[in-house]
Amino acid sequence: MNTDKAGTPLTASENIVPDTRHGVILYVEDVNLSFDGFKALNNLNLYINDGELRCLIGANGAGKTTLMDVITGKTRPDSGKVSFGQQVDLLQLDESEIARAGIGRKFQKPTVFEELTVFENIELSLKGDKGIWTALFHKLSGEQKDRIAEILHTIGLVAECHYPAGRLSHGQKQWLEIGMLLAAEPRVLLVDEPVAGMTGQETERTAELLTSLAGKHSVIVVEHDMAFVRSIARKVSVLHQGTVLAEGTMSEIQSNPDVIKVYLGEEQG
Amino acid sequence: MTTQVSESNKTNSLFSSKNPLHLTIGILLITTVLVTLGNLLFPEGSALHVSDYTVSLLGKYLCYALLALAVDLVWGYCGILSLGHGAFFTLGGYAMGMYLMRQIGDRGVYGNPDLPDFMVFLNWTELPWFWAGSDSVLWMVCMVFLGPGLLAFIFGSLAFRSRVSGVYLSIMTQAMTYALMLAFFRNEMGFGGNNGLTDFKEIFGFSLQSPSTKLSLFIATAIALAIAYGICHFIVNSKMGRVVTAIRDAESRVRFVGYKPEHYKVWIFVVSAMLAGLAGALYVPQVGIINPGEFSPLNSIEMVIWVAVGGRNSLYGAIIGAVLVSYAKTRFTAIMPEAWLFALGGLFVLVTLLLPKGIAGLLPTIKQRLITKKDAPDTQQKGAKL
Repeated sequence: MNTDKAGTPLTASENIVPDTRHGVILYVEDVNLSFDGFKALNNLNLYINDGELRCLIGANGAGKTTLMDVITGKTRPDSGKVSFGQQVDLLQLDESEIARAGIGRKFQKPTVFEELTVFENIELSLKGDKGIWTALFHKLSGEQKDRIAEILHTIGLVAECHYPAGRLSHGQKQWLEIGMLLAAEPRVLLVDEPVAGMTGQETERTAELLTSLAGKHSVIVVEHDMAFVRSIARKVSVLHQGTVLAEGTMSEIQSNPDVIKVYLGEEQG
Repeated sequence: MTTQVSESNKTNSLFSSKNPLHLTIGILLITTVLVTLGNLLFPEGSALHVSDYTVSLLGKYLCYALLALAVDLVWGYCGILSLGHGAFFTLGGYAMGMYLMRQIGDRGVYGNPDLPDFMVFLNWTELPWFWAGSDSVLWMVCMVFLGPGLLAFIFGSLAFRSRVSGVYLSIMTQAMTYALMLAFFRNEMGFGGNNGLTDFKEIFGFSLQSPSTKLSLFIATAIALAIAYGICHFIVNSKMGRVVTAIRDAESRVRFVGYKPEHYKVWIFVVSAMLAGLAGALYVPQVGIINPGEFSPLNSIEMVIWVAVGGRNSLYGAIIGAVLVSYAKTRFTAIMPEAWLFALGGLFVLVTLLLPKGIAGLLPTIKQRLITKKDAPDTQQKGAKL
């Protein structure tokens, strides 16, 4: 643990408690990012309230995944401010510190640890000290085993718990990754295209799960499947060319002329 | 549900071929006892006699096995393909060699009680600062681990922090060992130049020429290998082992789960380098010489082939691979020395194509076949009854 803490001063991230007195857990302000002249994010502003479920929609290249990269520390913006609560500056932390601070991410393409079992995948993702010496002498407590069992139950993979994760179906991998997110007990969940490649029934269950998570966690969902967005969304942000074009409920968004022009219009046409 | 989960977990690990800890250490210790008895009890000429030459040869193989274990730990489990592990092995060897040089005392060719022969030859009048303390056993033991460990720490910290991985990292490790070879070839380095360190007389006061010392060194190597195996087994089966495997398969995901892969990689790289250093230290008194040739990139590549043949991702596989390939080398180089490298290269290609999991990967398949063969008539009978 000590070795883990050495070096960077801001690594006491297990103890980071975001200041959410204003009800906002994630501030993204005036963020700009360009790749070789292409403006991926253009003065983007986004505020996520504590406990809300927000959907991000937008055409390909609108900046949705780039925004997630910026929030989780994978990519640094050229300018702007990203903070967790009011005080924790996420631009000062690296990916692992941001993860430990309580921002979890599910990738577009499901990435699980294929050689490890489903059980071990969840075990590694459990909230707790992620330092070397703890890992070396770690023994699962009864409480942690209960927690893993509970998560396995939630994601419906109890029977598969000792399968190598690589043997799961695509949909099951998506679920496992959601389970890994839950194990980390994050305050904010970033979920990139959770229902891609899922059957109708699986999609329904995912919608149920994500809605049930909101409240206790803040959930940001990026999704192309409009029916899915309609089924879960309370508030939707539309991204277009790296900036937020509109925000509101699904029906507000659908009647917004700008949105119809650039996004829904295309889809209907 | 919880108990069910944990219990099936237990049975799982009992039956999985990943954990034959007792079996491997058992076989190792039994072999050691048999070789010892064969060497001591049976007279020369008896069919059961194990010659001193064989004892030394086996000791050498066990050093290689320990080295293969080190390579397997970083490559098989953490996915770091090091093509420079020979550097850590050789540094450990030099630490031991320096100690052995000082044990020669005034029995060298020049009879200088303070300076090793090569320094007298270079007209040096006093020991360089980095030889200070090299006559103490404690210094030697420290340097065997510290030398390789420190190099691995510095190299690893720089490389892994800047997220160098894959083939780039392999090339850098190769360059590292090559650079060390060139440096150690120079007389001014103070490690005996291209002759290296040799003409050792005794270790801890026992003559290196005597059969009993050779046997003791062999036994010590076997014990060191058993302990190292135990340590590696513990690491690989701890949560650390699972994190490291996860890093091998999906490093960026590990980061987003909250671990710092670079810390884990440096740690495992340093542990591995120390094991390699220990192997080198045990190797030198048994072969009687250490020179910069050991730094040669070719040696490091050979180590990787041992592990590939034996089976990466399997600790006992690494041991089997090292012993088998080294034995093949001993036989082959006696018959057709110039063809050995071709044979080695061919072996690597064949193993990669046909046995991606190495020999250790074959064992479970064979076991399963035996089981299904046994089961097959059973199920047929049942079917008939129904």
